Amino acid sequence: MAAYLVKRLLVGLVTLLAASIVVFSVLEIVPGDPAQLMLGMNATPEAVAALREQLGLDLPLIWRYLSWLGGFFVLDFGRSYTYSVPVSELIAERIVVSLPLAIISLILSTAIAIPVGLFAAARRGKAADAVSMGLSQFGVAVPNFWFALILIYVFAVWLRMVPAGGFPGWSAGLWPALKALILPAIALALPQAAILARVTRQALLEVLGEDYIRTARAKGMPWRYVLWRHALRNAMIPVLTILGLQFAFLLAGTIIIENVFYLPGLGRLIFQAITQRDLIVVEGVVMLLVVAVIVVNLLVDLSYALVDPRLRSRR
Amino acid sequence: MKPWKSILAAAVLALASSTAAMAARTDLVVGVVLEPPHLDPTAGAAAAIDEIVYANVFEGLTRITETGEVAPDLAESWEISEDGKVYTFKLHTGVKFHDGTDFTAEDVKFSLDRARAEDSTNAQKGLFAAIDSVEVVDPATVKVSLKYPEGLFLYNMGVGDAVIVAPESADTNKEKPIGTGPFKFDSWAKGSSVKLSKVEGYWGDPVALDKVEFRIIPDAAAAVPALLSGDVQAFPNAPVGDALPQIEADPRLKVVIGTTEGETLLSMNNKKPPFDKLEVRQAIASAIDRSAVIAGNGTGLGTPIGSHMSPANPAYIDLTGTYPFDVAKAKEYLKAAGLENGFSATLKLPPPPYAREGGQVIASQLRDIGINLEIVPVEWADWLSQVFKEKDFDLTIISHTEANDIDIYSRPGYYFQYENPEFNKVIEELKITNDPAKRNELLGSAQKMLAHDVPAVYLFELPKVGVWDAKLEGMWENAPTQATDLTKVKWVD
Repeated sequence: MAAYLVKRLLVGLVTLLAASIVVFSVLEIVPGDPAQLMLGMNATPEAVAALREQLGLDLPLIWRYLSWLGGFFVLDFGRSYTYSVPVSELIAERIVVSLPLAIISLILSTAIAIPVGLFAAARRGKAADAVSMGLSQFGVAVPNFWFALILIYVFAVWLRMVPAGGFPGWSAGLWPALKALILPAIALALPQAAILARVTRQALLEVLGEDYIRTARAKGMPWRYVLWRHALRNAMIPVLTILGLQFAFLLAGTIIIENVFYLPGLGRLIFQAITQRDLIVVEGVVMLLVVAVIVVNLLVDLSYALVDPRLRSRR
Repeated sequence: MKPWKSILAAAVLALASSTAAMAARTDLVVGVVLEPPHLDPTAGAAAAIDEIVYANVFEGLTRITETGEVAPDLAESWEISEDGKVYTFKLHTGVKFHDGTDFTAEDVKFSLDRARAEDSTNAQKGLFAAIDSVEVVDPATVKVSLKYPEGLFLYNMGVGDAVIVAPESADTNKEKPIGTGPFKFDSWAKGSSVKLSKVEGYWGDPVALDKVEFRIIPDAAAAVPALLSGDVQAFPNAPVGDALPQIEADPRLKVVIGTTEGETLLSMNNKKPPFDKLEVRQAIASAIDRSAVIAGNGTGLGTPIGSHMSPANPAYIDLTGTYPFDVAKAKEYLKAAGLENGFSATLKLPPPPYAREGGQVIASQLRDIGINLEIVPVEWADWLSQVFKEKDFDLTIISHTEANDIDIYSRPGYYFQYENPEFNKVIEELKITNDPAKRNELLGSAQKMLAHDVPAVYLFELPKVGVWDAKLEGMWENAPTQATDLTKVKWVD
């Protein structure tokens, strides 16, 4: 197990290094000069040159790459060109919105998807199966921003139960902050839950066709017990894989939802940084997401071993 | 008492107490589309900076009023020498910066010298080009000597880039702005909001609002529900687009359409064939029906213009009839240019709806005279580097939102690549003229030259769509500057 962990960590590090080269060079190719953008159309060329020098944009490319990479080891991701504060500070401010949002939607989508998948699989071919899979088909097809707008009009504009958007900050108290995250979390969770429910149902159906299930049934084990104890546990591997992918997606893919609800999260930060050519922020956030994906994948791999004892001994 | 009666009584009570609370309302949430990169108006071009801090947090020697005129601000009065080259400003006394330090003539000297210094990153350094020296006479008097009698000097001292900052706080204004205005900076939650609060003991007229929050709402789809739900009570530049009727139908909200200083142009690359031929530019101008372009610009609002001047400006003359919409005439111009079979070109469009949507209309209109446009959408940063800096374009649509910017056509290397020595002469003279009547005359001939030469087709003046609570008073109807001046805003019943 330990050797396996070390190996996975090394692979992760190499992936990170490769990602850093790709991210840095791709962003260097993107047209647009951050200094010109900040000073606008009426700036004199001298003022633009002075700003470029201040930002360190006049230094050679390789030098900038190395100092940026070196900064990682001391958690220094450089300073934002536009905000002129440390990138790590910006990320820290935003992650306290995006991470809870991702976790809440993940919990919501799992809480909806697993029972629905289980229910549908248990009643395969019956009306209940058709209805729940029909609904999940709808959930997959509905764009989440559209669903978000419907939620806003119903719960914020019409019923005025929650704010239409924005985030008051955790300092405003737990409940106001959670209230601001409810609608976005639902909007994000719905399509995820729909996908997850379908995967759960499919995985369960495959397991239910196995010989050992028939054996368990034949020896008179109660159906409910068979489903929970034998089938679900064995169907967990594909479900966990999808969950892992979804978490990475939730963390990164909230750009649209964060814009619709004008939440100050990582998605908004990266979107804004790209349009403002605040390349160093884009680089920092993308690297963070790369780390998140690697870590989540590692955790998913480890959890396989938890649900499947055979994987534990093999490693 | 029957249960329903007690419910009714409670409801009446609740209503009564809530109206009582509203009468005393002194807080305001203002929606803005763009988050400022930082909050120092002397170190960045972003209109989003002025939108929050100008007149509210920072003040200049002069200020620009709602009608676009120059009024005294930190300078209570001034004298101008006979030759128009020496300005002596008398400053208000007893003015303090928000950190408690005194405002004196030294701060004025510091601010002006900093803005025009070698390593200055002031986005509008050109505003200070005329200054030769700044001299402190006494703590309440400052003398500015100019190299030439700059005609717009007092106006220039009133723009956001020329606000007065203190040496103690100048370096930290980006994150924690310290000015002399009636509101002081409280906090900035990045990506979310900027909060200001009233300054007790402000030197000028006290403001009615205690707390102001500028909430950043970048998405049009989010702006409409924010207004409808009452989360945001004012949106000076509301990005509501075609949802305008929905907002107009809500009696709690007021929609106010005003003017801006944004001349929206179909800019041409005047050095690149075939746009270097006057007849080709005349053909394009004659082939465009401005009313259709305005109808297709997202809101359907805007005033047609015929030259580079806002209809709200006293110097404005109506030149929309210079090349009236006439397809037959446009074809004649093309023939005279030797291009009766038309040609192909590209039209680069930055993100705003006026460009992306207006561009479609223009492309279809030009197709009628045989000009085939390939539409190339570009991001704002790309627009600045490709079109503005490298001049790699044929046609583009853009709104020039600075006030008093007709001189851009005389700047060497400006992206239009328009060169007219006659025009440059007029601008040179304008620069050293401060008599208003004479200035208007010069501005008039400059407008006529541009209307005739069409370095760009003048489409329309960008409208300002303001939406705010019907009970809010004192919001600016027009936008002579990019500021959201809240100094006179109050709640009424």
